[in-house]
Amino acid sequence: MERFFLAVGIALMLLMFLSLYRVLAGPTILDRMLGGNVIGTKTTALLLLIGLLYDNVGMFVDIAIAYAMLNFIATLGSAKYFLHRKSIHLEDISKG
Amino acid sequence: MILNIVSIVLIALGLFFFAVGTLGILRFPDFYTRVQAAGKCDSLAAVLVLIGIAVYNLGDLSLAAVLVSIKILFIAAFVFISSPTATHAITDAALLIGVKPWTKEKNTP
Amino acid sequence: MAKVVTFFVMFAFWVVMSGMFDAFHLSLGVVSCLLIAHFSHSLLLYGDPKSWGRGFFGILFYLPWLFWEILISNLQVTYIVLHPRMLDLIDPQLVRFKTSLKRPLSKVTLAQSITLTPGTVTVDIEEDELLVYALTASGAESLPGSAMERRIAAALEGGK
Repeated sequence: MERFFLAVGIALMLLMFLSLYRVLAGPTILDRMLGGNVIGTKTTALLLLIGLLYDNVGMFVDIAIAYAMLNFIATLGSAKYFLHRKSIHLEDISKG
Repeated sequence: MILNIVSIVLIALGLFFFAVGTLGILRFPDFYTRVQAAGKCDSLAAVLVLIGIAVYNLGDLSLAAVLVSIKILFIAAFVFISSPTATHAITDAALLIGVKPWTKEKNTP
Repeated sequence: MAKVVTFFVMFAFWVVMSGMFDAFHLSLGVVSCLLIAHFSHSLLLYGDPKSWGRGFFGILFYLPWLFWEILISNLQVTYIVLHPRMLDLIDPQLVRFKTSLKRPLSKVTLAQSITLTPGTVTVDIEEDELLVYALTASGAESLPGSAMERRIAAALEGGK
């Protein structure tokens, strides 16, 4: 069982590296934000897996709760921030 | 033993959907379609993995373990509510900023 | 009434989250829950007291069906993502449609459910008009008056 969790954790790390490509190369700022959000969701799961590996889930679950909330608030906050910075281009909403 | 098998199945399914979500983010042509992959696959995958861990954690029945499992379920519920909201916020921002969507007519000869 | 219910819900949440049962932690919990119940009870419960229970149990009965739908829609997205000629399958478009739901809670539930199911993301809600971004043409056509909307109406607005 331990080995299974270790394998899942390593696979999650690899997926996070793949998502990092979108953060580094994303054409727009929002693509980068999306990549960050995805990495944050994976981190929540990864933290709990680390907790299982160290046999101390009770402690890591609190960290995971804080991380999930932080991820959500960071995404909302940066979405609002870029909304207010670039709202001059409002006339560009047309389809295509 | 049964709990272990259930949790392995749930976590493996979750990992699969995580992989699909990541591939979707890498392969889709524009921002709006990437949001689809990220918002859906990732929230389902996270919920599956979290429920799997909660089930595994119930293996030794004690009050502390049950409380930890309930906390993990709270995280799952929170991800379930917050992930669509975050998706919605990012998409709304993109539409207002004026990120150009990819459309079929424009890109097929 | 709303304050009392908010206090008990918050206190149950506190006990689960802290996991300690000595007098010090419990009294801390009582104080903070009283403060929350006094200042922000209207965030959790509002309107008619009879509708609170229906909202909670309605969502509880609605969730299993929603989870099944999410699973199916994820398999569809999986098929599109893993398909070698993905660009032939997708045809993104913006759709606007009106909903007949009245309560804010049920509108939010509908928006969240649409975001979580087949190739569609809710972008904006204004009064009773939803702006939805759909991944495929079939997903866009199936939106107005869908089974999802009827189920939410039955669960949260009292069987119509």
